[in-house]
Amino acid sequence: MSFAVVVFYFFAAILLFAAFRVITTRNPVHAALYLVLAFFTAAGLWLMLDAEFLAITLVLVYVGAVMVLFLFVVMMLDINLDRLRDGFWDYLPLAGFVATMLAVEMGIVLGSRNFGLSIVPAPSLHPAGYSNTKELGGLLYTQYVYPFELAAVVLLVAIVAAITLTMRRRKNSKYQNPAEQVKIQRGERVRMVEMASDQPSSTKS
Amino acid sequence: MNFALTDLMPLLPEVFLLAATCFILILDLFLSQDQRYITYILTLAALAGCGWLTFSTATGITAYAMHGMFVDDLLSDTLKLMLYFTVAITLVYSREYLRLRGMFQGEFFVLVLFATLGMMVMISANHFLTLYMGLELMSLSLYALVALQRDSAIASEAAMKYFVLGALASGMLLYGMSMIYGATDSLELPRIALVLQADIGNSMVLVFGLVFIVAGLAFKLGVAPFHMWVPDVYHGAPTAVTLFIGTATKIAAFAFVLRILVQGLQSISPDWQQMLVIMAVLSMAVGNIAAIAQTNFKRMLAYSTISHMGFLLLGLLAADINGYSSAMFYILAYVLTGLGAFGMIMLLSRQGFEADRIEDLKGLNQRNPWYAFLLLLMMFSLAGLPPTIGFYAKLAVLQAVVQAGYTWLAVVGVLFSLIGAFYYLRIVRLMYFENPEDTHAITPTTDVQMLMSANGLAVLGLGILPQPLMALCTYAMERSL
Repeated sequence: MSFAVVVFYFFAAILLFAAFRVITTRNPVHAALYLVLAFFTAAGLWLMLDAEFLAITLVLVYVGAVMVLFLFVVMMLDINLDRLRDGFWDYLPLAGFVATMLAVEMGIVLGSRNFGLSIVPAPSLHPAGYSNTKELGGLLYTQYVYPFELAAVVLLVAIVAAITLTMRRRKNSKYQNPAEQVKIQRGERVRMVEMASDQPSSTKS
Repeated sequence: MNFALTDLMPLLPEVFLLAATCFILILDLFLSQDQRYITYILTLAALAGCGWLTFSTATGITAYAMHGMFVDDLLSDTLKLMLYFTVAITLVYSREYLRLRGMFQGEFFVLVLFATLGMMVMISANHFLTLYMGLELMSLSLYALVALQRDSAIASEAAMKYFVLGALASGMLLYGMSMIYGATDSLELPRIALVLQADIGNSMVLVFGLVFIVAGLAFKLGVAPFHMWVPDVYHGAPTAVTLFIGTATKIAAFAFVLRILVQGLQSISPDWQQMLVIMAVLSMAVGNIAAIAQTNFKRMLAYSTISHMGFLLLGLLAADINGYSSAMFYILAYVLTGLGAFGMIMLLSRQGFEADRIEDLKGLNQRNPWYAFLLLLMMFSLAGLPPTIGFYAKLAVLQAVVQAGYTWLAVVGVLFSLIGAFYYLRIVRLMYFENPEDTHAITPTTDVQMLMSANGLAVLGLGILPQPLMALCTYAMERSL
C-alpha cells in the first residue's frame, strides 16, 4: 500500500466518523464542530486530487465563514433537544426500513461493478507546473461563464431576500443621527436664562 | 477562446430583464411610498420589453449559445411569451391586494422579476447546470415572496416548509444529475441524448439517477406522493404570491420536465413512463378526493392543482409529439384558468378581509352576477366541462394517452375528473343557490375589471375555438424536439 492510499483511507475514515457524529451527537455545538472536521478532511481529500484551489476555498469559505456564523446562530438559539427528538422512536421502524433499503441499493449501484477502476479509469497524472487554480479560472470565465453569472444573480437575490425579511423599521424606535449631532450649535443645547439673583439675605425675618 | 457578440443575441431577453431588474432595484430606493406605482409600471414595462425582444428575435430556428448551455428554440420563445403574459396579469391582479396589506413595495416586484428570470433560464436551459441554476434562482425568490408577510405566523410556516422541502428536492435532483453524469460523462442535454441513443450501456446507474431526478421534479411540480407542501404553501402565502406560484411557475416546471426527460433522457422513456404512471394516478386520486374535504378555497385550489399536475403527467407519459403538445396545451389552459380563479379571491378581498373561505362565495350571483358568471366559467374549466378550455385540454390529453396505448389510464383519469367535478360544482351551487351572508359591495379597479372579464372570456373563447392554440403548441413542439 502506497503512502497516498494510506493517507486517503486515513482522511476517509475521519470524514465518515465526523459525518456520522454530526447527525448523532446530542449537542448542536458539537455537531457544528464535527461538521468543521468533516470539511477539513474533505479538503484534505481534494488536495490529494490536485484540486488545491477547491480545497483551500472549502476551508476558507465553509470552515472560516459559514460554519462560524452557524456556530453563532446555534449558540444564540435555545434549542430544545427533547422536542427535536419527539417521535423519534415512532418513526424509526419505517424510516429505518427505507434508509436501509436505500443504503443497500446505493451499495449495489455504486459498487465496483459500475464505478470500478476498469470502467472509470483513474485520471492521468498532471505534468509538473500544472495549476489547478488557473485551469479552474479558465473554465469558469469561458465555458461556464453563464452559470457563473447566474450564481452571482442568485447571491444578489439572497441579499435582497435577507434584507427584505429582516429589515424592520419600527415606528417608535429611537436612533441617533450622527450628522445632526455634529451640526449641533451651543444655543440648541444650553439655554441661558436671565434671572434676578436670589439672595437669602432678604428672606430672613 | 473567441468571444462573439452574436453569441449573446439569443440571450437578449434574459440580459435585458436582469439589467431592468437591477435598475428597478436601485431606482426603488429613491421613491417614496406614494410614488411606488412607478416601480409597478416599470416592472410591467420590463416584462413588455422582454416580450418584444423575445417576439422580435423568434426565428423558429434553434440557436445554441454560451457553449451549449443555452438554447433558443420555438418552444422556449412560446413558453417565455406566455410567461411574461402570466406574470404581468398576476401583477395587475395583485396591485390593490398588495396595497391594502402594506406589501406594495419594491422588493415584491424585484423578487417577482428575479423569479421570472429564473424561469426564463429554466425554459431555455440546455445543460444540467443551467437548469439547476435557473431552478434555484426561481425557488429562492419564491421562498422570500412566501415569507413576505412577516407578521403572519401561517405565512412563515408555509415559507419554512416550502424552503426545507424545496432544498431537499434540489438535493435529490442534483444527486440524480450526478448519477446521469457518471453514466454518460456529460451534462449537456443533447449530448446525453446522443450518448444514450448510441448505447444505453449501464442502465442500472441511469435508472438509479432517474429515480432521484423524477422525485426532484415531482417535488417541484407538486405531484403525489411529493405534494405535501402544496396545500400549506398555497394556503399560507399571501394570495398574490399564491397566484404567482400557482400559475407562472407551472409553465417553468413544465419546460423543466420536458427538457430533462424528453430532450435529455428520451432513450430511457420506458423507465420514466412507469414512474409517471404511478405519480399521475396517485396525484389525480389524492388531489380530487382530498379537495372535497376542504373548507378553504385556496386549499381546495391547491388540491385541484395537484390533480391537474397529475393530468399533465398523463400527457407527458404518452411520450410522443402528440402527447407533449397536448400537455403544453393543458398547462397553458390550466394557467389561464388558474389566473382567473386565484385572481377572483383577490378581487373579492378587501381591506382586512380575505375572501379565501368557500363560504365567502355564497350568493355571489346576487351580489354581482357578472363575477359569479366569470367564476362559473373558471370552475367549469377546472372541472373540464364544455364549452370551456379545460374541457378541450382534458380531451386532448386523454386522446394522446389512448393513442399511446394506455386506455386504462384514460378511464382512470375520467373517473377522477368526475369525482373532481363534485367540488367545483359545489362552488357553483354556493354562488347561485345560496343567499349571501356578506353584503359588501365588490369594487375592483377598472383595469382589474377589464382584465378579469377578458380572462374569463378567453377561457370560454379558447374552449370554443381551441384549434389555433393547439396548432401553435404542436408546431412549437415539432420545431423544437
